[in-house]
Amino acid sequence: MDGSISRPEWLLEAEDLHLAFGGIQALSGVSLGVEKGRISAVIGPNGAGKTSLFNTLSGFYRPQRGRILLEGRDISAVSPDRRAALGLARTFQNVALFRGMTVLDNIKLGGHSRLRAHPLSAMFYFGAARSEEMALRHEIEREVIDFLEIDHIRHLPVASLPYGLQKRVELARALAMRPRVLMLDEPVAGMNREETEDMARFILDIQEERGISVLLIEHDMGLVMDIAHHVAVLSFGRLIGQGAPAQVRAQPEVIKAYLGESASRRAA
Amino acid sequence: MSGGFDWIALVEFAAIGLLSGGLLALIALGFVLIYKGTGVINFAMGEFMMLGAYFFYTARVMWSLPDWLALMLTFAGVASCAALVERWLLRPLAGQSVIAVLMATIGLASALHGAVDAIWGGQNYNMPQILPRTPLLLGDVLVPGKVLWSFLLAALVIGLFSVYFRRSRTGVAMRAAASDPVTAYLMGIDVRAMQRLTWIYAGLVGALAGIVVASITSLSPALGTTALGVLAVIILGGLDSIVGAIVAGLIVGVLESLTAGYLGGKVRDIVPYLVVLLILLVRPYGLFGTRRIERL
Amino acid sequence: MRIGDYRQTYEHDESIWPTAVQRAWLAALLLALALFPLVGGAYLVSLMCVLGIHLIAATGLNIMTGYTGLISLGHAAFMGVGCYTAAWLAQRGVPVFVVLPLAGAMAAALGIVVGLPSLRIKGLYLAVATLALQFLMVFVFREWESVTGGVRGTNVPAAEFVGLTLNTDARMAWLIMVCAALLLLGARNLMRTRVGRAFMAIRDKDISAEVLGINLLRYKLSAFALGSFYAGVAGALLGYFYRAMTPEYFTLQLSIFYLAAIIVGGLGSLLGTILGSVFMTLVPEALRALVAVAAQYTPRATEILSPIQQVVFGVLIMGFLVFEPHGLQEIWRRVRRFFHLWPFRS
Repeated sequence: MDGSISRPEWLLEAEDLHLAFGGIQALSGVSLGVEKGRISAVIGPNGAGKTSLFNTLSGFYRPQRGRILLEGRDISAVSPDRRAALGLARTFQNVALFRGMTVLDNIKLGGHSRLRAHPLSAMFYFGAARSEEMALRHEIEREVIDFLEIDHIRHLPVASLPYGLQKRVELARALAMRPRVLMLDEPVAGMNREETEDMARFILDIQEERGISVLLIEHDMGLVMDIAHHVAVLSFGRLIGQGAPAQVRAQPEVIKAYLGESASRRAA
Repeated sequence: MSGGFDWIALVEFAAIGLLSGGLLALIALGFVLIYKGTGVINFAMGEFMMLGAYFFYTARVMWSLPDWLALMLTFAGVASCAALVERWLLRPLAGQSVIAVLMATIGLASALHGAVDAIWGGQNYNMPQILPRTPLLLGDVLVPGKVLWSFLLAALVIGLFSVYFRRSRTGVAMRAAASDPVTAYLMGIDVRAMQRLTWIYAGLVGALAGIVVASITSLSPALGTTALGVLAVIILGGLDSIVGAIVAGLIVGVLESLTAGYLGGKVRDIVPYLVVLLILLVRPYGLFGTRRIERL
Repeated sequence: MRIGDYRQTYEHDESIWPTAVQRAWLAALLLALALFPLVGGAYLVSLMCVLGIHLIAATGLNIMTGYTGLISLGHAAFMGVGCYTAAWLAQRGVPVFVVLPLAGAMAAALGIVVGLPSLRIKGLYLAVATLALQFLMVFVFREWESVTGGVRGTNVPAAEFVGLTLNTDARMAWLIMVCAALLLLGARNLMRTRVGRAFMAIRDKDISAEVLGINLLRYKLSAFALGSFYAGVAGALLGYFYRAMTPEYFTLQLSIFYLAAIIVGGLGSLLGTILGSVFMTLVPEALRALVAVAAQYTPRATEILSPIQQVVFGVLIMGFLVFEPHGLQEIWRRVRRFFHLWPFRS
C-alpha cells in the first residue's frame, strides 16, 4: 500500500487498520509492528482500542480497511484457528482457561495444532496417537512446566488456582504452542509486586532465550518501561505516539491522553 | 369453468390458516416473553398449556363452577405454578450454563406431562365451549366460529401485551431488567420480581392458549406436544421478536392449514418440524431476530 | 491422593489404571461380567443386555453433550436409524460385525446432515433442530413401510457370529458387553488425546479454543457424528436383542431418558455414564415393581406406569441439576476419598 511504513524487521504488522462496530469507531488508521525477537508494548487509556486491536490481530474481528501481515505475508483473510498454526499465540485479559480441565490438560491444548490424531486414531490410541501424546507430554514438562515452575500444580483443576497462578498457566498454554509471536493482554493485571516481577522475568526469558517476539498490552508503566524495547500508544482508536519507552513518555500528546490538557502544558 | 381448480377450497384453507395462526402467535408470545426476559427457551411451555386446560376443565366440569370463577381459579393456579418454577428451579440455576437451564426445562416438561397424564388419565375429554360457535360465511368460504374467535382473542391479548410493554411502568421495567439486569438493579428495579413476573405472564398466556386449543380440538395429554411445534414459529420469527412471532405465526398457520387440506393430517403434524430445519439452513436468525455480536 | 501411589514415568502418569489395586479390581470385574451370563437368572441376564445397550447410547450422548456441550433431543431418533438399518441389512444376510459399524455410520451420516446448519449458530438451535429431527424420524419410521415395516414394525433375524447363532440372552449379553467395553474404552482413549481435549475446550470456552487452533465447526460436527454413531450401534444391538422393533420405541421420551441418565450419572465423565446407566436401568424396574404392588390396591396403577416414569425422569433431571450438578460420580468420589484416609481423618 502507498504510504506504508513497514519495515523488514517487523515480524507481525498491522497496516492502516480501521475497525467499527455499528456507530463506534474502535480503530482508526492504526499501523504498528512487532519487531522480530523483541518486546513491544501497546499502551493507552481504557477504551483506547487495545483489546480490539488484539482481537483483530487474532482474526475475530474483520477490519473494514487495512491488512495484517505476518513476515510480509497477508493473513487478513486467515481464520483465527489457522493463525495458530502460523505461529500466533495470545492470552486474554480475563483469564480464558478451560475451567473444567486440569492445568496439564490446558497446557496440552496449546500443542493442539501440532498433533495429528483424529477421532478414529484417537479411539484406538495404541500406536500413533499414544506416541504423539507421550512426546507432547515430555516436551511440555521440559520446556514449559519446568520453566514456569508450575510442576507442583499440574494435576490440579485450574478453577481451584489463585489468580496469579492461573495467569501463569495461561502463559504456559500459549508457550506450548511454540509461537513465533506471543500476544499478552495485560499479563500482570491484578498482581502484586512479587508476582509482577516473576512474570517480568518469565517474559524476558521467553524473549531472550527462545527468540519469541512479544507484543503486550499493559497498564503497569513500570513493567512497560523496564522490559519493552518499543512502545505504541493508542487513544480513542488512534495511534498517538510510538518509539522507545523513554521517548514516548515525554511526548505531549501521550501525556495529554493520560493526564489531561494541563499536565501536558506543564510538561512542554 | 366447473372442473377447474378449486379456488374456494384454497381460500378457505388459507383463511382458516391465517386465523389459526393467531393462536400460534399467542403461544409463540409465551416463548418469546421468557426468552426475552430470561434468555431461556422454555421447553415446558406446552405443559403450561396443559395445566391451564386441565385446571379449567376440572373447575368448570368436574366441580361445576361458573365460567368466570373457573377461569380465575385456573389463572391463579397456573400463575402459582409458574412462580414456583421460577423460584425453585430457575433461580438456583441462575449462574449456570445455558445447557443446564435448557435441560432443567426439559426435565420440568417431562415431570409436568407425566403428572397431568397420571392424575387425569390419558383419555380425551370434551372441553366446554367458551367461544361462540357461529361460523363466518364469506361468500362460499366457511370459517368455523371457534377459529375466528380464537384469532380475535389472540389478537386482543397480543395487542394488550404490546401496549403494556410500551406504556406501563412495570412493562418498561421488565424490558429494562431483561436487556441489562445490572443497570436495572442500579436503577432500583427489582430484577428478581421482574423475572418472576415474566414467568407468570408466560404461564398465563400458555394457560389461556391451552384452554382455547383444547376447546377447538380436544383435551388430552397430547396438548403438551403441540407447543413444541410452535418452536418453528419462534425460530422463523426470530427468538426475541414479538413482531416476528406474529408474522411467523400467521405464515406457519397458513402452511399447516394448506398441508392439512391437501396432504392430510399426518403430514400436517410434521410441517412445523420441516419448517424448523429449513429455516436453520437458510436464515437461522429468522425474519426479525437480532444477530448477536459477541464482545470478547 | 492415594498413599503409596508413586509415578516415576510420564507414561505411567498417563495410564488409565495406574495402580495395581485398580488393575486387580478391573480384572475381577471383567471376570465377573464374563461369567455372569452363564450363572445368572434369565431376568438378570436380560437386564444386563439392556444395561449394555443403555451404556453405549449414554456414552454417545455424553460425548456430545457432557464433553462438548452440544444438546441433542434426538438421540432416540439416531438409535432408531441404527436399528432399522441393522434390520434391513440383517434381513439381507449381512453378518453382524459388518452391520454394527454400518448402522453406526448411517446414524452418524444423518448427524452430520442435521448438524451442519445448526452447529454454525448457538447451541440452542441445535437443541431445537434435534427436536425437530426426532419428530420427523418417528414420522419416517411410521410411514416408510417398505423399509421399516411401518406401524406394524419389522423383524430382525438373529445375529450370527463365527457360526454361532446369538439367539439366547446369554449369548447376546456377551456380544453387547464386548461392544460396550470396546466403545467405552474408545471413548476414554478419545479423552486423553487432542480430540477429546478439543471437545472439552469447545464446551468450556470456544473462543479460547479457536485461538489455540481448533476449528470449531469441524470438531463440533465430529462430536455430534461420533455420538450419533454410538447411538446407531446401540440401536442396532437393540434390534438384535429384541429381534423385532416398532417405531413406538424411539420417541422423545427415550431421548429424555438418556439425557436423564447422563445428568444423573454426571456430565463429562465416563464413570458417570456407567453409574447413570446402571441407575436408569434399575429405575424403570423398581417402578414396575412398585406399580405391581400398588395394583393390588388400585387397579388403575398399571395404567399410570408410563406417566409415572415420565414424572420420575423429570424430577431426577431437575433434582440433580439443582442439588448435585456433577452427578452420582461426584458422590462416588466423595465416598472413596473418605475411605482413602479412613481411619486417619484429620
